[in-house]
Amino acid sequence: MDKMQLDKHIYQQYDSELEALQTKLLAMGGIVEQQIKDAVNSIENADSDLAEKVIRIEDDVDLREVALDHDCTTVLACRQPTASDLRLVLAVAKMTRDLERMGDEAQKIAKMAISLNQSGAAPGGYEEVRHMGTLVQNMVHNALDAFARFDAIRAVEVARADKQVDREYKSAMRELMTYMMEDPRSISRAMNILWTLRSLERIGDHTRNIAEHIIFLVKGMDVRHKSVSDIESKVKGD
Amino acid sequence: MQAVNQNNAATDDSAELKLPSDDQATQHKFDGKTVGHPLSDNPKMSMRNVNVFYGEKQAIFNVDLDIAQNQVIAMIGPSGCGKSTFLRCLNRMNDTIESCSVTGEFILDKQDIYHPKQDIVPLRARVGMVFQKPNPFPKSIYENVAYGPKIHGLASRRAELDEIVEVSLRKAGLWEEVKDRLHSPGTGLSGGQQQRLCIARSIAVSPEVILMDEPCSALDPIATAKIEELIAELKENFTIAIVTHSMQQAARVSDRTAYFHLGKLVEVNDTKRVFTNPEHDLTEAYITGRFG
Repeated sequence: MDKMQLDKHIYQQYDSELEALQTKLLAMGGIVEQQIKDAVNSIENADSDLAEKVIRIEDDVDLREVALDHDCTTVLACRQPTASDLRLVLAVAKMTRDLERMGDEAQKIAKMAISLNQSGAAPGGYEEVRHMGTLVQNMVHNALDAFARFDAIRAVEVARADKQVDREYKSAMRELMTYMMEDPRSISRAMNILWTLRSLERIGDHTRNIAEHIIFLVKGMDVRHKSVSDIESKVKGD
Repeated sequence: MQAVNQNNAATDDSAELKLPSDDQATQHKFDGKTVGHPLSDNPKMSMRNVNVFYGEKQAIFNVDLDIAQNQVIAMIGPSGCGKSTFLRCLNRMNDTIESCSVTGEFILDKQDIYHPKQDIVPLRARVGMVFQKPNPFPKSIYENVAYGPKIHGLASRRAELDEIVEVSLRKAGLWEEVKDRLHSPGTGLSGGQQQRLCIARSIAVSPEVILMDEPCSALDPIATAKIEELIAELKENFTIAIVTHSMQQAARVSDRTAYFHLGKLVEVNDTKRVFTNPEHDLTEAYITGRFG
């Protein structure tokens, strides 16, 4: 933690460029976080207007992704960052991509909400959407918080939470299959909920990626494709 | 003489430059124990417990370091940190400075280079040096390269000498540019060419180790790139220690990087590690440009 600081460069302009990367990523994260919340609400409350809003905001998220990538390229080209500065730029570039994908998934959920409004409610699965939605929103919130504070321990917790999301997803899928077998006429509507859950699960995966990038940023270790317990022992053992 | 001036210059600098003075150094504690891997399994040179004084002032404190065979080690650190002083101990360049005293063990292939019976002329043939400013002799290109082999008696016939000159200039990447004007003065070459001539001159006596003290700081980027390219080729046959102020240069050319701070060796690690995830906070602060 003590190594991670964005300020105190001899070039103060460099300080502000790195701080801007962090601020812009957090701003983008905040928008995606809200997008996910609105998308889940639009399913729960059958709110097509809210769903339309989620879809509209996607353009803004895309623009932010491009702008942040551009900023990262500029810092790499002009400052040749090293060590923690280099890891920050690389982590921001990767996290931006994950956030953009998360925005895409939120947009898919919003489209399912509109489709459900047109075709009528699904036979079930709303409780699961709410539950998984809450889990995933907490993960996103904690991941952004861990990034703001350069907190690797908190990032490990985010990675662990993804396991629970995966378990919930599997059990919700089994339940929806039962509905579909009971009443084949409900299949297309049940599929809408299934796709929603699938998107939430994907958002969980991207958030876990973000958590891994944060650990890379703070600790300098690459923990991709490792089990949560391995990650935890590495982070705490450092 | 030059090192004395250098030392004075470093002291003078501290008035104007922002050195890692006490207030900054206290932010990052250094307990005196080098972190990382200062020692090597395959050392060409081994230094132990090195202390260097200029009169009363201690310039190097208890440094242990191995320079591995056929590797490039870069020594980096802020002005006045002792990296050049340390480099100059490796072929006893500091002997010429009266006020300078060196203690500790310096082993080159199991041989103590500070042994009282060690003759420094053959030592400097084994451990060559390239300086910051290209310093060709005021002689022809040919004579610049042939000078060393002649005084060390490496060639008995003219043809042998010609061959040494050609091979050295080829290894230094200069042959194609000068082969038609070997007898024109070395000082007539461009800065980058002069520096490569100096490298040719130092490799003409078949050294085992080449010390480079900021070899590119007086050169433009293209000449710098050529020297760096050359360093990568030279390490197949030689062991190289380079002192540089350019951290990017250290990152590009070296296998291992040693970070010096206020006369102490703070960290030695693989260069890749140092520039992505340095072990010590002081190294981190220096290479990310937070003081210097």
